[in-house]
Amino acid sequence: MATDLGVDQTKLQSRALNLGQAVRPSSLGRWLLTGAVLGWFAILILVPSLALVRQVAVGGLKPFLLALARPEVQRAFGMSLGITALATVVNTIFGIGLALVLTRQRFWGRALVDGVVDLPFAISPIVAGLMLIVLYGPEGWLGRWLEPHGVRVVYAVPGMILATMFVTVPFVVRELVPVLRELGEEYEQAAHTLGAGRWRTFWSVTLPSIRWGVAYGVTLTVARSLGEFGAVLVVSGNVIGHTQTATLYIEEGVESFHPEGAYAASLVLAAISFILLVGMDFVRKHLEGGRENRP
Amino acid sequence: MTVANSSSTRVSRITRPQWKTDPGAGHSWITNQAASKESTVGIEVRSLSKRYGSFQAVKDVSFEVVAGQLVALLGPSGSGKSTILRIIAGLEAADTGGVVLTGEDATRLPVQERGVGFVFQHYALFRHMTVRDNIAFGLKVRKLPKSAIKARVDELLDLVQLAGYAGRYPSQLSGGQRQRVALARALAPRPKVLLLDEPFGALDAKVRDELRSWLRKLHDEVHVTSLFVTHDQREAFEVADQIVVLNEGKVQQVGPPQNLYERPISPFVAQFLGQVNILPLETIQLGSRTGALFPLSIPGLAPQSDAQIYVRPHDLEVQRQRNGRPCWSARVERVTPLGGAVRLELSINADHRIHLELPSDQSLDLNFAAGDSVFVTPRHINVFDARSHTFHPVVLGREAEAWA
Repeated sequence: MATDLGVDQTKLQSRALNLGQAVRPSSLGRWLLTGAVLGWFAILILVPSLALVRQVAVGGLKPFLLALARPEVQRAFGMSLGITALATVVNTIFGIGLALVLTRQRFWGRALVDGVVDLPFAISPIVAGLMLIVLYGPEGWLGRWLEPHGVRVVYAVPGMILATMFVTVPFVVRELVPVLRELGEEYEQAAHTLGAGRWRTFWSVTLPSIRWGVAYGVTLTVARSLGEFGAVLVVSGNVIGHTQTATLYIEEGVESFHPEGAYAASLVLAAISFILLVGMDFVRKHLEGGRENRP
Repeated sequence: MTVANSSSTRVSRITRPQWKTDPGAGHSWITNQAASKESTVGIEVRSLSKRYGSFQAVKDVSFEVVAGQLVALLGPSGSGKSTILRIIAGLEAADTGGVVLTGEDATRLPVQERGVGFVFQHYALFRHMTVRDNIAFGLKVRKLPKSAIKARVDELLDLVQLAGYAGRYPSQLSGGQRQRVALARALAPRPKVLLLDEPFGALDAKVRDELRSWLRKLHDEVHVTSLFVTHDQREAFEVADQIVVLNEGKVQQVGPPQNLYERPISPFVAQFLGQVNILPLETIQLGSRTGALFPLSIPGLAPQSDAQIYVRPHDLEVQRQRNGRPCWSARVERVTPLGGAVRLELSINADHRIHLELPSDQSLDLNFAAGDSVFVTPRHINVFDARSHTFHPVVLGREAEAWA
């Protein structure tokens, strides 16, 4: 009976709308709003992207490829990819561990840790880089002891890796904490009652259940690591061919008035980001689908 | 007064003396069983207590489950029943007390080594595994040979009648099918005991009914010692050999369903198991044919006692005429047709109402309507004396007619 009533009411409402002839003005307003939002989106994002593509296209394909073939460009990309790979692997393992601890263990100060994980999001990357210099620099708190033993952190690759990891640490954790919370402990407990130990339960039950969450966190980490500039700039020293990543190369190219290489490298980075974006969308669909289809 | 007294003496003569119960009677079943059949105890719980912060969830709970039986832990929400089940499984640690599974002290054993099968209310099936892989999980963990695993899984698929569904994922199954897979998964490693936490709670009413009788049949085949948690007394009655009634973290009474229903030892058990009308003793009257009315009195109770009558709806008869037996005179307040039966709501005074159901044909004969005045005669009542906290069952059968 309730549904009958409901149907009648909607009919009545639609009739009332037609009678009021409110259709035309409201549809015009909607078009205006859509147009304004899309226009703003185009000005903000689409046009600059096209400008970059055009800039490279004007130069032609050959100079573009030549610019990319330069050894310092190749080294810079190699450096970026290496740092990204390392930072992503470490942050993924650590992120899964931390997310599990935050959701499955009760300990004093858990809320504090939960909050502090987000610190790298809130802090400017340049400040993060500075923190590392203060700690590991030649005059630094720890650096003073490490330097004489031949361990160089700042103005070297280890510092750049540390800086990248610092900036990207929240991605996997932040993605997994809600996933693990929603998953609950029942699946893991079911595995325990069936005789599976912690390790077995993690590999057979927990990890497969959160795999799309992990994938999403990893994609975000990769995207952010590749694009990281500020923190890495502070700790790298920007030595061409040694501590220069792709983003640092672009900055150097723009600063020193030979921007062709910078444009080419920027376009490659933008293309990688686009591919990552498509990948993220794919992963996110699985993530949401998985949530709907839970048994 | 003399008439009332003499009649009450007569009433007492047909009272069955062995029905006089004391509050400890619920535990006598435990001790008797424990003394005679030590080796056949499947689950023994010894004075378990568990506190969450300031909330005492379980208070000194002890009971036993005879090997091979299907026992219900029945109680309202917050009575600690799920906590007790989880402590038995090892998913939760008790503050004090112990758990013995098939004669072996399991109190300090981790979950993995207790040999329990656990069925969760929301199935907890591994959704990235097929039905076959779910059922095989406990066997793979034990590193059994592949052929043995396959044979056992096939056997269980047959048992839970899902042979054609081995390759499906949990999301492709209905709720009832998922719960059967969960049951097969729990049974696959041949657990010592099977624990079920509100196993039908997430299912709709029709599937729940089917699965209930199916579980009872399955248990008659498999005979694994089983303990299941439920808040639904009908479910406990339909399925269980024995019921452990819990309230506020304490065991209220233990026994076979019918026993608990007929001989509750506390107002809580009487009210929780089935419907019951509760009325002050002084409201029932014994009427002579000449029209004089006398309150019914029970020997051993002071006439002005605050004793109360507990009477089940099906122990009541409704008539238009007073027939000399102890009865309430009442007014029909509401008649609600329920298909095969009719529910009557009667008021005996401003404060007290009686609810009962009559079969439709009987109510057609009597043709009650709101406002009618009627007489309600109980066949069997339980008189609860709040001072001694005991029940006195009284039979007021047809024999009583003679004394009017």
